[in-house]
Amino acid sequence: MDFDPVFLSRIQFAFVVTFHIIFPSYTIGLAAWLATLEGMALATGKPVYRRVFDFWLRVFAVSFGMGVVSGIVMAFQFGTNWSAMAERTGPIQGPLLAYESFTAFLLEASFLGVVLLGRARVPPALYLFACCMVALGTMASSFWIMCNNSWMQVPLGHTIVDGKVIPADWWTITTGPVVRWRWPHMLLGAFLTTAMTVVATGAWYTLRGMHRAEARVMLSWGLALAAVLIPVQIAVGHFTGDVVHTYQPAKFAAIEARWKTQQPASEVIIGIPDESAGRNLFALEVPRLGSFIASGTWDSREIGLDSIPAQDRPPVLVPFFGFRIMVGMGLAMLAVSWLGLVLRWRGTLETARWFLWAAFLSFPTGFVAVIAGWYTAEVGRQPWIVYGLLRTRDGVTPSLTTETVLMSFAVYVTVYLIVFGFGAHYIYRLLRDGPTPGDPVPRVTAGSRPMAFAGSAASTTGGDVKARE
Amino acid sequence: MEASPLVLFFVGVVAVSVLIYVILDGADLGVGILFGTTRDEHERDQMIAAIAPFWDGNETWLIVVGTVLFAAFPAVYAVFLSAFYLPVVLLLVGLIFRGVAFEFRGRSDRLRPLWDRGFWLGSTAVAFVQGAAVGAMIQGIPVVNGQYSGGAFAWLAPFPVLCGIGLVIGYALLGASWLVLKSEDGLRERAYRLIPWLAGAMVVVLAVATGATLVVAERVASHLAGRSWGLVLPLVGVVAVLGIVLGARRRRDGMPFAMAALFFLMAFLTLAVLFWPYMIPYALTITDTAAPEPSLDFLFWGTVVILPVIFAYTIAVYWIFRGKLQRGYR
Repeated sequence: MDFDPVFLSRIQFAFVVTFHIIFPSYTIGLAAWLATLEGMALATGKPVYRRVFDFWLRVFAVSFGMGVVSGIVMAFQFGTNWSAMAERTGPIQGPLLAYESFTAFLLEASFLGVVLLGRARVPPALYLFACCMVALGTMASSFWIMCNNSWMQVPLGHTIVDGKVIPADWWTITTGPVVRWRWPHMLLGAFLTTAMTVVATGAWYTLRGMHRAEARVMLSWGLALAAVLIPVQIAVGHFTGDVVHTYQPAKFAAIEARWKTQQPASEVIIGIPDESAGRNLFALEVPRLGSFIASGTWDSREIGLDSIPAQDRPPVLVPFFGFRIMVGMGLAMLAVSWLGLVLRWRGTLETARWFLWAAFLSFPTGFVAVIAGWYTAEVGRQPWIVYGLLRTRDGVTPSLTTETVLMSFAVYVTVYLIVFGFGAHYIYRLLRDGPTPGDPVPRVTAGSRPMAFAGSAASTTGGDVKARE
Repeated sequence: MEASPLVLFFVGVVAVSVLIYVILDGADLGVGILFGTTRDEHERDQMIAAIAPFWDGNETWLIVVGTVLFAAFPAVYAVFLSAFYLPVVLLLVGLIFRGVAFEFRGRSDRLRPLWDRGFWLGSTAVAFVQGAAVGAMIQGIPVVNGQYSGGAFAWLAPFPVLCGIGLVIGYALLGASWLVLKSEDGLRERAYRLIPWLAGAMVVVLAVATGATLVVAERVASHLAGRSWGLVLPLVGVVAVLGIVLGARRRRDGMPFAMAALFFLMAFLTLAVLFWPYMIPYALTITDTAAPEPSLDFLFWGTVVILPVIFAYTIAVYWIFRGKLQRGYR
């Protein structure tokens, strides 16, 4: 791999998008979680739901702010580093991403402000409605992103006239067989990410013997949600895999580290793919299982990388391990959530310190799974930027030089470490301090600035935070 | 080729969004630039308060521009962003630092100088690269096969740098005009005293830039020859500058900003006359770069829904936070 503008642009994109995806995948789940809590608060009238709501609302506000900031950078990456792709596929990707921005605008201009600042000003039912709309809005935003990415994975619904890509069927582009599975897969990933952080936070407070009532709500709801969603996610993930099997055989072979076409095909559970030799080291293989996973029969013929022309083969290492890390995280979530429910049923949940530690440590499982899954999807698509249509090296901005990309990359890394370092530290502090009794209604700060809201509320929780405005 | 009504609609959307962005965000960027000219904590807090309710809504218009360009004029999006690769990085970093400075400067005594510096340096950098981009566009952007073919530092040539400095001064002028409108007492008085100096400096830079334009971009002269009626626009602009100074002299709080907005409108229209029908001067026209009809059709419905919402939102925020900033305003 050379340090050319193509490789560096890929690294830079991976860097900024990895930072970005953390926040939206968190806020999608948090918004739904907040709507649930608000609904429970209204239905039961128990004040603990309100306290838990007020607490997670602050985390949501910071996370949303960070997502907006890092999202603005994303909006420019296609033009700066991938201008050949932007010019060629803009007729399809442009409108999809425009609709994503439009959705976000609608959300920010309307219900987000009500949720952040309008508690005292609107009737409870309307407030709940606003919470639901924010949750729907974040999901709608992700829908457009998934339409766009799914089109890059498996371009459908377009025609090519005089070498120009022209949308032919927006219906296929937005509801086709690929996005139909990949969007729910992403949504469930986001919900699970949030559920696990809620569980971990509840476990953390229980271990420290603080905020007991709130921690109980977090543990119960988080565990129940994860326990229900994880089997659904495993099923949806399976169908997402079917989509890859059908439309992206090269990626599928890379994920399975299947170097040679086999019939029946075995499954490499784990091993170390050796890309230069085209084989797996220390492989643990199960005969016939590969056929079963891929096609549902024990003797199907499964394509190996040797059937793919050399210039169309993706790297193997990242998709292979990315996929296994994602699945591993899923299994960890399954174990924690089901075990937790068993303990809760026996009434020993809050005293089983070993479990609480495990639950606390599972805080990042969702984030890791989301990032690993995206790496699998994106690296597995290589060497194409739009699968079968445009190669990555042909999509890069032709005027780019190695030096300029190095410069921009260095700048992004520095700025992200400063800004998101602060953001992460801030969220950490919010989580550490937890819900505070008698949270005041936040002062009305100017405009619809989510982070200002989080701060004005957080500053009452002490620490070294100061309200100076 | 004649541009279709749909294409013209999106040209209009981009043009109006750019104009609104320049005037509104120009004012709050300008306040950020002036922020660096004082060390007085009270004045700094007042400056922040004068723009705090508005700045993020103003930046929405920049996102509208980027979004609609990619969807409706993908070739413009591609060429513009690759031609201004490093300036765009600076712009984004400037905007990020500015944005977080609003939130973080009040939170930490220790790091306050860092965020304060980030705020005015960020504002200045954003203004500069926008001006430099305009300068580079006047000079003309080299394009081969629909892709930018120039170097990474073309925007640091003397003429774009001059335009960058010009826009920093221009935005500072807008910012000072905004401050007299929103503030009272000491800060208002200081802003009033700054206005004639800023206006004078801007006129000097603009005069030099206009002269230089005829040298560095000979196409401009030939372009203008057929559109001499367009000269009326800069003349109105000159009158607007006089209006700014006059309004400042008579201490009419609303006049400098209204006249500065008029000036920016005239500058914008002048550029439009210079560039039309090019989107990327003088390489790609509007019809060269427009997305195919099915894309524009699909985009149209979202646009006619969302634009009124953003308009209404912008107006509502400016209405809610109208008048002078007072105690309790924030």
